[in-house]
Amino acid sequence: MQALLKHSKKFFLFAFLPMAIFIAVLVVPFSQGVFLTFTNWDGFEWNKFVAFENYAKSFQDPTFWTTLNFTGTFVIVSLVLINVVAFGLALLVTAKLRSSNIFRTFFFIPNLIGGVVLGVIWQFIFNSAIPSLANTFDIPMFQESWLNTPGNAFWALIIVTVWQQSGYMMIIYITGLISIEQDVLEAARIDGASALRTLISVKMPLMAQAFTISLFLTLRGGFMAYDVNLALTGGGPYRSTELISMHIFQDAFALGNFGTGQSKAVIMFLMVAIAALVQVTISKRLEVQR
Amino acid sequence: MSTTTRHKKRSPARMVTFAVGLVLSVAYVMPFFLVFVNSLKPKFEILANPLAFPIQISWDNFNQALDKMNFFVSLSNSLIVTVISVSALILISSMLAFYLSRTPNKFTKAVFLILVASMIVPFQALMIPFVGLFAPLVEGRNIPMLIFFYMGFGTALSTFLYHGFISNIPKELDEAAAIDGASDFVIFWRIIFPMLRPITATVAIINALWIWNDYLLPRLVLDENSQTLPLSTYLFYGQYSTEYGQAMAGLLLAVLPIIIFYLVLQRQFISGISQGAVK
Repeated sequence: MQALLKHSKKFFLFAFLPMAIFIAVLVVPFSQGVFLTFTNWDGFEWNKFVAFENYAKSFQDPTFWTTLNFTGTFVIVSLVLINVVAFGLALLVTAKLRSSNIFRTFFFIPNLIGGVVLGVIWQFIFNSAIPSLANTFDIPMFQESWLNTPGNAFWALIIVTVWQQSGYMMIIYITGLISIEQDVLEAARIDGASALRTLISVKMPLMAQAFTISLFLTLRGGFMAYDVNLALTGGGPYRSTELISMHIFQDAFALGNFGTGQSKAVIMFLMVAIAALVQVTISKRLEVQR
Repeated sequence: MSTTTRHKKRSPARMVTFAVGLVLSVAYVMPFFLVFVNSLKPKFEILANPLAFPIQISWDNFNQALDKMNFFVSLSNSLIVTVISVSALILISSMLAFYLSRTPNKFTKAVFLILVASMIVPFQALMIPFVGLFAPLVEGRNIPMLIFFYMGFGTALSTFLYHGFISNIPKELDEAAAIDGASDFVIFWRIIFPMLRPITATVAIINALWIWNDYLLPRLVLDENSQTLPLSTYLFYGQYSTEYGQAMAGLLLAVLPIIIFYLVLQRQFISGISQGAVK
């Protein structure tokens, strides 16, 4: 009895407040959100259950399919490019140049600034700076703003996202690279392994955890991207660059479809959860196999 | 490290690496430089050539931008929100992590799992019920409410980071103190919390970067009179985007505080993030 009392005292002293806030801000709205998708909720009230009607309606919406397609492509392309660039930067910065620290400082700067501000900065670059440069040197490909055509707008979005996030992932890869013990590398050198061989067969397997984390963060980031999307393309031209976050926001708040908007948000949650679970499972298996 | 570097020869491979690094550094910083250059020019010069240096440097755009985007008000709003939210998160999540890691049972394990799982819940899945659920409370559209929300959203990751760190602190330490008659409260604040400094730095930096730059949540919670910096910048840019010079000055003002902060505390930033990555 006394132990129980002591225990509950400790609970109230340390855990009650944070858990109450966490439940109020995350657990309750999330459960309520899932619950409401099965009702005829219109943003204010509901009076009957509609089973899976909202989900059926979501999947019948052709613009939702466009968005899913676009989001899928965006997640895969941005994930690959961010990680390739970030790993390259990490190798460059750990190459023991005298200027390494300055390079590292510069590569990380875009990460300090929010996507909305970065988005409008790049809007200026794509709309004014690049076309002006292209006109001076007469390069037709860049004369019209990339933000005006759907295909190019996609790549504009990718360029800004990679530029923004590669610095952060670089830090994770640097942490992985410098955690490798010096004598392992020494042994590889004595055995006559080339730099590339050492990189692929020794360094990369020994820093597998860094890949797991960075891939997880970029995967999640790709699905949840909103700020850069909003400020750079605004979903345009003609709603062709609308990622799922923006699509949900538009559906619920601009068009007033709270039922399908919330259903799409639950679908998004399931996609992130499944993708993250698959990725982490595969990565963990690879980590162990080394 | 600098001594070993100095002894190394200037091999062609190193020269190439340096050249690549230099080109990439320029590419990473160029957008900010362009914003800076153009913020010093009048509109017609920007339209004529956005890449040229200003003919005559003028700070006029800054005066206009400072005034129109209500810079100092939104800067102090951002500071208030970030500082209070981050401090509160440090307090509550370090205590929760201490409880969860020092009281191993089914309940605490379940709580920890739920916290970890919640990290993949996208904000979009909460956003819509949020507006309905908290509508009566958000009536005032105020900063305290925003801080409360950040405390909720930040708890999971911060607790997770603290939990990993506290689990590595030997339990004998608390037990010895308990035998000496110290209460749990004293044990935590006098013995454990001071040892958490490295991970507290990580928690502070990761949360501060996120909260300082967040756009969507403040947009849903705050009104025009209590904007944070990202909100007022975006609003200002939307209204004055044809006044290129002023828009550029506004953008520069928006990025300047955090860049200065970073350049001063660079080492803490980098080591904070790499600490967070290992856990």
